[in-house]
Amino acid sequence: MTALRTRLAAWWRVATLPILAIVLALAIAAVIIVMSSVFTGAGFFPLLPLVAYGSLLAGAFGGGVAITNTLVAAAPLMLGGLAIGLGFKAGLFNIGVAGQFLAGAFAAAVVGARLAEAPVVLAVTASMFAGALAGAVLGAIPGFLKARTGAHEVVTTIMLNNAAALLLAWAVTDLVRAPGFTFPRTGDIGNAALPVLLGRNLHLGVPLAFIGVFVLRWLLDRTTLGFEIRTVGANPNAARYAGVSPLVIVTLTMALSGLLGGLAGAIQMLGVIGFYASGISAFVGFDSIAVALLGRTDPIGILFAALLFGAFRAGAPLMQIETDVPIEIIDIIQALIILFLAADLIVRRVFRVRSRPTDTPGATTVTRAWGKESVA
Amino acid sequence: MDVLLVPRLLGELVVYLALVIPDLLPIVLGLATPLALGALCGVLNERSGVVNIGIEGIMLMAAFTGYLAGFATHAEIGAAAALALGVIVAVVTGALLGLLHAWLCVTVRADQVIAGTILNVGAFGMTAYFNRLIITPSGEGGAGVIPSVVLGLGPIAFATLALVGLVHFLLYRSRWGLRTRAVGEHPKAADTVGINVFRVRYQSVIAGCALAGLGGAYLTLESTGSFQNGMTGGRGFIALAAVVFGRWTPLGAWGGALLFGAFTALGVIVRVRPAAGEVGALLAAIPSFWYAALPYLVTIVILAGVVGRAVPPAADGIPYDKEARA
Repeated sequence: MTALRTRLAAWWRVATLPILAIVLALAIAAVIIVMSSVFTGAGFFPLLPLVAYGSLLAGAFGGGVAITNTLVAAAPLMLGGLAIGLGFKAGLFNIGVAGQFLAGAFAAAVVGARLAEAPVVLAVTASMFAGALAGAVLGAIPGFLKARTGAHEVVTTIMLNNAAALLLAWAVTDLVRAPGFTFPRTGDIGNAALPVLLGRNLHLGVPLAFIGVFVLRWLLDRTTLGFEIRTVGANPNAARYAGVSPLVIVTLTMALSGLLGGLAGAIQMLGVIGFYASGISAFVGFDSIAVALLGRTDPIGILFAALLFGAFRAGAPLMQIETDVPIEIIDIIQALIILFLAADLIVRRVFRVRSRPTDTPGATTVTRAWGKESVA
Repeated sequence: MDVLLVPRLLGELVVYLALVIPDLLPIVLGLATPLALGALCGVLNERSGVVNIGIEGIMLMAAFTGYLAGFATHAEIGAAAALALGVIVAVVTGALLGLLHAWLCVTVRADQVIAGTILNVGAFGMTAYFNRLIITPSGEGGAGVIPSVVLGLGPIAFATLALVGLVHFLLYRSRWGLRTRAVGEHPKAADTVGINVFRVRYQSVIAGCALAGLGGAYLTLESTGSFQNGMTGGRGFIALAAVVFGRWTPLGAWGGALLFGAFTALGVIVRVRPAAGEVGALLAAIPSFWYAALPYLVTIVILAGVVGRAVPPAADGIPYDKEARA
């Protein structure tokens, strides 16, 4: 009993600030909604935030379909959040999840279309593997460059995002365009589609994402590699003196991070989208940053943060249809949540939470390595 | 196999580039303008010891508010006044976001990369939100574009050239510049001789971000005359690469901006002025997607190797803590 109590107390200590940051972000977003309500069809309406949040909630949790929608939207965010959280553990900021997501989705779509007639197990496994591999390769490049030359991963991964989107658009137009469609897209994935387990759309990727959370937790806490990743993140020099090669670990961490980003793209492709066309949304890549920060880079925290943002993404369309509040309010809420987490003194002052020196677990300073020389 | 193929192609390429340079130059200067302004922002921020990866978001937000100001007022006060107002609004937007960034990085001592991320995510959300609410449903255009002075380049493009020189002069020849650089290299030493580290950092960050705001104004008010969601398209990050390329000097960063502008312009010029001969066939055979991806790939290559070991300001990215033991 007491053990459970201490455990809950410990969780609460970790979760207080993120929860209060969410509350404050929703409150500020409500002010923005009220002020902008003059531009909606209904005109100035002080209660609009309540109505909007009501339909957001209904769209996310109101009934079985809404709940499966939330879980389906949360799954890629979970993997994307893990990708960014893993990078943070090694002191790396992988903003390239958007590009790795696209690469994973593309590779899964191409292999899936090729194996559309193959047995389900083979088609699904091979397509998922292709997506993971594509993401890993795209992640390993900036990792290696960072470790070898000091080129900062924030800039190189963003550049790779843009380049990947353009080159994949070219590939789908000129290389792997499926015949018989009016616009450039890959062929149908047939048997490579992830099996639906529950309801209309709850596919195999959802439990896989949950499993991924615990695999990553095990990797970080229980394996030598996880220890080395955390050591490089805490102090690359100490890691080098302890016989760990930062070059290998930084490259490997970015490859693993990219692998998770690629998997996110693969499950979204094989479970939801079904074919690759240029312009498919890569918002997962950017939502994942907020997910990782809100989850405080801890896999379990990321699980809950992904469920929250999955709920936002699943509920937002209904909110926009019913209340005219643009879907982009979700991005604003995200920015506000990150703001209140980064500047937690605002939250502490508003809610009169006392400052405790211990309650910043996994606080990361990713800026530290900015523009510094290579670690290798 | 024709052994002379590669040298011949290279020769033809050089001749072609020499022929199109008069056409190429204004395009390059235009494309380099937002990059140069963003890079000046990066130089001023990092020289004072603050990393700013939010340049992208600042430019986007300023591009939007400047456009919105022109959009809302041009019917009443006329296009010229509305455009001027739009530029002012964009610069003020940049400065205000700079104030937020400085507060987060200097006063709160938050992680500076996260602070920049807040600007990027927030700017994308805010601009898309109000674009959908205000501009899209109206179905109307903005205040148009600022007319060009000469060579198809407008006042912001020419002002940028002057600003590059001015910032370079200020940074290396003025007392303020010396203080800014001192604060970025060794804030403790600067503090000891009576320089207010916090104030200098606030000044540099706000001034830099105001310039990034001008870069945003260029995009909507001088270059395109319209606003699209996420229209900065990574320019803020290319600007950061230009800062590294230019080794944290304004003139060098401008050179970087010109280089990236040139690679973007290449994709434009091969369509407008097709080359003749074998090299022409080769250039025309390259898909336009590749030309579009070229500046991004060049950025990676340059960051990774060509620059060599560029050394940033010593205190770059480290919040100053008066009480900390050095």
